[in-house]
Amino acid sequence: MQFHNQVLDNGLEIIAEVNKEAFSQSLGYFVKTGSRDESPEMAGVSHFLEHMMFKGTPNRSAVDVNRELDDLGSQSNAYTSEEQTVYYMSVLPENQNAALDLLTDMMRPALRDEDFQTERQVILEEIAMYDDQPPYGAMERAMEVYFREHPLARRVLGTRETVAALDPESMRAYHEARYAPNNLTLVATGAVDFDALVQSVEKMTKHWKPSSSARSLRSPSIESEDVAMVHPPATQQYTLQYSPGPGYCDERRYVTRILASILGDDSGSRLFWELVDTGLAESAAVFTQEFEECGLICTFLACAPEQQEENWEAIRNTLAAGKQNPITDREMELAKNKICAGMILGSERPSNRLFSVGNAWTFRRKYETIQAATKHYQAVKIEDVQEEFEKLSDRKQVTVTVGPEA
Amino acid sequence: MQQKVFEHRLPNGMVVLGEPMPWLESVAFSILLPAGTHHEPSNRLGLAGMTLEMCQRGSGPWSSREVVEQLDFLGVERSSSVTTFHTSLSMAAMASVLEPTLEIAATIIRDPHFPDDELEEARQSALLELASIEDDPAQKCFKELKRLRFGEVYGRSSLGSQEGLEETTLDDCKKFHASHYHPDGAIISLAGNFQWESFLKLVERLFGDWTGMPKQAHAKVVSIPGSSHLKHDSQQTHIAIAYDAVSYNHPEYYQSRGLVGILSDGMSSRLFSEVREKRGLVYSVSASSHSLDDCGSVLCYAGTTAPRAQETLDVTVQTILELEKGIEPDELKRLKSRVRTSLVMEQESSSSRSSQMAYDWAYLGRVPTRKELLSTIDALTCESLIEHYSKFRPKSWSLVTIGPEPLEFANAVS
Repeated sequence: MQFHNQVLDNGLEIIAEVNKEAFSQSLGYFVKTGSRDESPEMAGVSHFLEHMMFKGTPNRSAVDVNRELDDLGSQSNAYTSEEQTVYYMSVLPENQNAALDLLTDMMRPALRDEDFQTERQVILEEIAMYDDQPPYGAMERAMEVYFREHPLARRVLGTRETVAALDPESMRAYHEARYAPNNLTLVATGAVDFDALVQSVEKMTKHWKPSSSARSLRSPSIESEDVAMVHPPATQQYTLQYSPGPGYCDERRYVTRILASILGDDSGSRLFWELVDTGLAESAAVFTQEFEECGLICTFLACAPEQQEENWEAIRNTLAAGKQNPITDREMELAKNKICAGMILGSERPSNRLFSVGNAWTFRRKYETIQAATKHYQAVKIEDVQEEFEKLSDRKQVTVTVGPEA
Repeated sequence: MQQKVFEHRLPNGMVVLGEPMPWLESVAFSILLPAGTHHEPSNRLGLAGMTLEMCQRGSGPWSSREVVEQLDFLGVERSSSVTTFHTSLSMAAMASVLEPTLEIAATIIRDPHFPDDELEEARQSALLELASIEDDPAQKCFKELKRLRFGEVYGRSSLGSQEGLEETTLDDCKKFHASHYHPDGAIISLAGNFQWESFLKLVERLFGDWTGMPKQAHAKVVSIPGSSHLKHDSQQTHIAIAYDAVSYNHPEYYQSRGLVGILSDGMSSRLFSEVREKRGLVYSVSASSHSLDDCGSVLCYAGTTAPRAQETLDVTVQTILELEKGIEPDELKRLKSRVRTSLVMEQESSSSRSSQMAYDWAYLGRVPTRKELLSTIDALTCESLIEHYSKFRPKSWSLVTIGPEPLEFANAVS
């Protein structure tokens, strides 16, 4: 494995973890823009734009883009989160140039009016699809209640109203501001020819102009709150609780992730043995979500509506039992082994490595081999996990529950 | 594409498959047992899944909790499932822990404790899982499609029924285990970083003295045309369609798979272009090949808001029927390129390779190599696909919709 990085004159950064032995390569543009960078009335524009990026460029029609992606035999896709928008493809090494040419051209889309109108319908279908899934609605609502005036409160998909109100002109302006070369990172993993990569990208992006596309960072102000929602067609009750946790630049995240695994992993955790293995709940989990300046510790319960109260009480007791029921050495060992083995197994495909390498660099400007990354977990001390556990229930909490009846 | 597939049959009938992938650090195995939902008594629907769950609640020297802890300690990723014909157990781990991992898997299969104080817990878990599908209309739509299309025995869901789960006793699980967890008809396939000879010795040690009844024959699976609508107070209408196609073990399977690829593989595929890109009718639309023994089907899905559901169904069916008008050489070229890439990339994952090998053996009684597959795909022509289409025209249609209103489905049903 060899790591390379280079910044072009226009500010575009290129990084690669090269593994000459790999069968494939993966390429991705990581754009530092997401729902948190939108104004309230433009909510959903990052995600809508992500769809529009596949709709052609001044050099290619929408049909051309789709055909070329398939011609290259690529496995390709894109996603938008609160924090970033990522476009990626995996191809055979011999297709590096063609793949790069296509993906780079796609970063300068045509954003044609007629495509915009058709694609808006697809986005509205996507919103309707998630609206029919009650846990997803609980998640969106919990983000809104927890983050309030903070930009992370906004829905990644936007709402029916904001999506209906968006127009191509304002999307073009958003694109110009957020897709400047200094806000993009090209990430490559696997069997990559790095020199050729840099040479081609340099040529293709020479005319791209940098811009100042800052992100506003501030700590969210949190007030504890409980919200109950009714979704009549639902048959199960879903409960989601958010409380403050470390962000993705915070070194304490390893401690919190181990604690979350011990308490609420989907197998072998305390909540698993208490509620899932016993058949009391379909799911009872603790996990973390990390953003740039802050993060969340999330607790999730899915069960029959009549059992919600009792199960939730059991979860609260388990999470508040830091002093009575301290973390054991065995729990630490199992959690570390599970997390590290999962990371190593997942790293065998260049397409998975793309996200680890890309996120570590774009979030923290740090490159680590998979072995180095697992060492952070191995180094976590039981005292620190125990301390975090004891503080867990003192935090402010936002709880949202959704089910068939109030 | 260098590839060596080892095959061996133990005297007790168990088939052992292995494909070394020495460039990986991992190994992954799949174990298929001839114990499917079609073996369940009709008043015990869900028994196969309950039995599998109970097998994982303590086995060999380990208690229920110790099995989980031991696998976590070894860093093993695992999954298990039940299908119409099989129960499967899959695990992936670092190559260095293959032996202790397989030892645990062997006790789960051969030596479960069936603790009577855990039956209720397993039952409650199964009932919750069955109930949760009610909040996932797309999945529910396919469950209903399978029931409608393949009938009472072969259309069963692994989730079972509420009555079946409620009636199941520990004795039922023990009997199901004794009658269907046996070596004749069982397959173990391993892919990743390992030595074949030492793996074979390990399998012989763990499974060599395993005995059981011989594999049983079963009645032919046939598709049953028809349609049904489930009323659901949702924004989207979920549409699941099926029609006859040749099955995985048919000599012309890849002609059929090629047609499905033209419909649904990639962003330039016809369903994606016609239903989503041109008309903006859906977020998801897809088609896939499905086989139950000799009975092959193409399954399609589209989800769209209710007022546009009829148009979505009509355009989807129209797009399928228009295959008859011909295949463009460029479409076929793209399809071949995608297949070639995915075959190369299959070498990056021990998990996907091991499950593919087990599936191949279960259906074909052999494991085709990548080279063979590639030459079969290379041999497809636009003419051969159309010829296949004319020979095996879509027929025996099934349709299930879930949503506020039923849809008209007259044109295609035959």
